[in-house]
Amino acid sequence: MNTLIAITGLGIFCLLFEILNLRKAIVPITILGLLGVLALNYCEFGAEQSYYNNMIAVSKFSTAFSSLFIVLTIFLVALSHNFYHNHPTKISDYVAIKVFLLAGAVAMVSFGNLAMFFLGIEILSIALYVLAASDRLNIKSNEAGMKYFLMGSFASGIILFGICLIYGAMGTFDISEIHESALSAELPIWFPIGLILMIIGMLFKVAAVPFHFWAPDVYEGSPALTTALMSTLAKVVAIATLFKLISGMNVIASLDNQDLLHTFEVIVVIISIASMSVGNIMALRQVNVKRMLAFSGISHAGFMLMALLTVSASAGVLLYYTTAYALAGIAAFSVILYVCRDHDNEDITNFHGLGKTNPLLAAILTASLLSMAGIPIFSGFFAKLFLFDQTIQAGYIGLVIVAVINSIISVGYYFKLIIAMYSKEPNQERTGKPFLIYATAVVSIALNIALGLFPSLVLDLLK
Amino acid sequence: MGNILNQIGIENYIFLSVVLFCIGIFGVLYRRNAIIVFMSIEIMLNAVNLLFVAFSTYHQDAQGQVFVFFSMAVAAAEVAVGLAILVSIFRNIGSISIDNLKNLKG
Repeated sequence: MNTLIAITGLGIFCLLFEILNLRKAIVPITILGLLGVLALNYCEFGAEQSYYNNMIAVSKFSTAFSSLFIVLTIFLVALSHNFYHNHPTKISDYVAIKVFLLAGAVAMVSFGNLAMFFLGIEILSIALYVLAASDRLNIKSNEAGMKYFLMGSFASGIILFGICLIYGAMGTFDISEIHESALSAELPIWFPIGLILMIIGMLFKVAAVPFHFWAPDVYEGSPALTTALMSTLAKVVAIATLFKLISGMNVIASLDNQDLLHTFEVIVVIISIASMSVGNIMALRQVNVKRMLAFSGISHAGFMLMALLTVSASAGVLLYYTTAYALAGIAAFSVILYVCRDHDNEDITNFHGLGKTNPLLAAILTASLLSMAGIPIFSGFFAKLFLFDQTIQAGYIGLVIVAVINSIISVGYYFKLIIAMYSKEPNQERTGKPFLIYATAVVSIALNIALGLFPSLVLDLLK
Repeated sequence: MGNILNQIGIENYIFLSVVLFCIGIFGVLYRRNAIIVFMSIEIMLNAVNLLFVAFSTYHQDAQGQVFVFFSMAVAAAEVAVGLAILVSIFRNIGSISIDNLKNLKG
């Protein structure tokens, strides 16, 4: 709870810095503030409490994921210093929007009431619409913002309808009350319909097949830093919230009571397989790196959805997988930001010869792509290993076989970029060594490798 | 109020909201003018608000009506952002038809 208040206060301070003309100091001060919030959040870990009539329910799950979101936001704020150097007068707005977005994200994982869930998802989405369209003179960014706005508010409407039907069936918005009454024998048909609508809305936000069609366009058109935010923070938030909704409302037991559990599992397996396969196969033929990472994100969403099959046991595995994926994503995007800062597109040709001109950045990008593909010593490999192990124990061997095949396919397009960096001749000069971009890339990939060497650090947090 | 709800029946409120919601969905999917698409999104959200109020009376519980205030405030903020995006599109290409937004493909 204190985390949420502190983040909102920090966002307001960011806006005040604009008035006080402290724009130069805004990035370091915000990073320090976020580190303070991280410490505050760490102090709350382990204390199960609820505030304001159970509007906010702090649990291990919510604090652990909030810490992940705060760390990701620190990286994204650090990257914004160089990204917005052409717009020095607007940097406080961009940073403030990112901090408010973090407030929405924290509200989304620590809700105790569906009203708070809805507010959190809207705070996150509205901030993202603004960021997606923030390059306002660029028609591509406008288009991305508009498409994201239309799809996002459409999904919000569906989620709202789902909340409404659940309220109609239960007579309450409170998650713990819903948790209890979800087990009663005679529930109106509205309850499962409402659940389905909410899950569909959340799958829109996660960008899982068949609700993924907006993702590649929006990722390609948005400014690169916003794409980084969407593909790491927003995706992780959405999948964590979906997980919390399903475990918090006791959906599995309730569906089991009504003999719908098997249908639910079949649907999750189908969506998961479709997301992995469509994402990977479409990614093979992309030349734009942002678009390729969008499809890679769709396939990772498919992997993460596998955690929904073993809800009672897989919170720790989901946290580990999302951390590994998001850290690799931040490292990859910080290199992309450096390479493509003077270009109006992000084609693979821009990366030719990066291994000769900037060996460190090329190594970091290679490491992050290998982590996403699931090659050992990087945490991406162990994340997939634990997730597959969990899923096999629950008896979904077929799904795991498809997932392994998909991991092998994904190596294909990751290596396309790696080969372009190392085997082609440099086609341009790359000057300057922006400290914050290098620092972000090194720290995030170091964290990724550290988690790969000591998986239990994160994995045992939620036991 | 409860008496009227008993005479009409909660099902009819649900049917009305579902019909309005579907009108909104088809508006979003088929209309090409961005302003009309925004109006369709508002119809979707207001159909839900109507159902919230109906359920609130059905359960004799005020929470549903309070939620309507939240969703109205959120809808207003959302449309404000949407209109801002639309204005910047209009300044760039001089049109508000969604058909013109076809630059991103692949």
